[in-house]
Amino acid sequence: MEFINELLVAALIVVGASFALVGSWGLVKLPDLMSRLHAPTKATTLGVGGALIASMVYFLALNGTLSIHELLISLFLFLTAPLTAHFMSKAWLHSQQPKDLPHPEKRDWSTFDTGSERH
Amino acid sequence: MIEYAIYYAYVAISLGLLLNLWRLFKGPSSTDRVLAVDTMVINIIALIIVYGIQTGSTMYFEAALLLAMFGFISTVAYCKFILRGDVIE
Repeated sequence: MEFINELLVAALIVVGASFALVGSWGLVKLPDLMSRLHAPTKATTLGVGGALIASMVYFLALNGTLSIHELLISLFLFLTAPLTAHFMSKAWLHSQQPKDLPHPEKRDWSTFDTGSERH
Repeated sequence: MIEYAIYYAYVAISLGLLLNLWRLFKGPSSTDRVLAVDTMVINIIALIIVYGIQTGSTMYFEAALLLAMFGFISTVAYCKFILRGDVIE
């Protein structure tokens, strides 16, 4: 039982750290911001999530009580990750005004279509 | 075995932080730099959690939670500044 706990914690730590590294590597390697937004989500969900589940299992085996703090952190990250990604893509669209966007028929994209006021 | 996994995690997350720093210095637009800072906060949270496992203390989760909130608010503030030229209008 001791060995299984240790194996599980070690495997979860290794998986989490590997995903954190993969996310950061994708941040360097991918070509533009819209594709770069995709990479760190791996670090957010799987990287931090793996480390958090590892620490839950570890402290469950150490103290015998289940701690919920970790779930709180991952819940907060899961809630805020889409918000920050959406905000960043919106900031990028407004600061770059990319030319290769497809044009809708009658009006502009809704994020640009805010009347006369320009961001 | 956990010890070696923790050392591996330190190396991998530190490498990730270095890659983020490279993107922070190079990033063509300011939004790239905001994204790099956001990813750095995520990696530092993972680092704090792994350090908490190594020391066997549950005290570090509060630090990780505070850093998660701080990272979210700073990212939103940076994006708002890029978008509007001002944080609080």
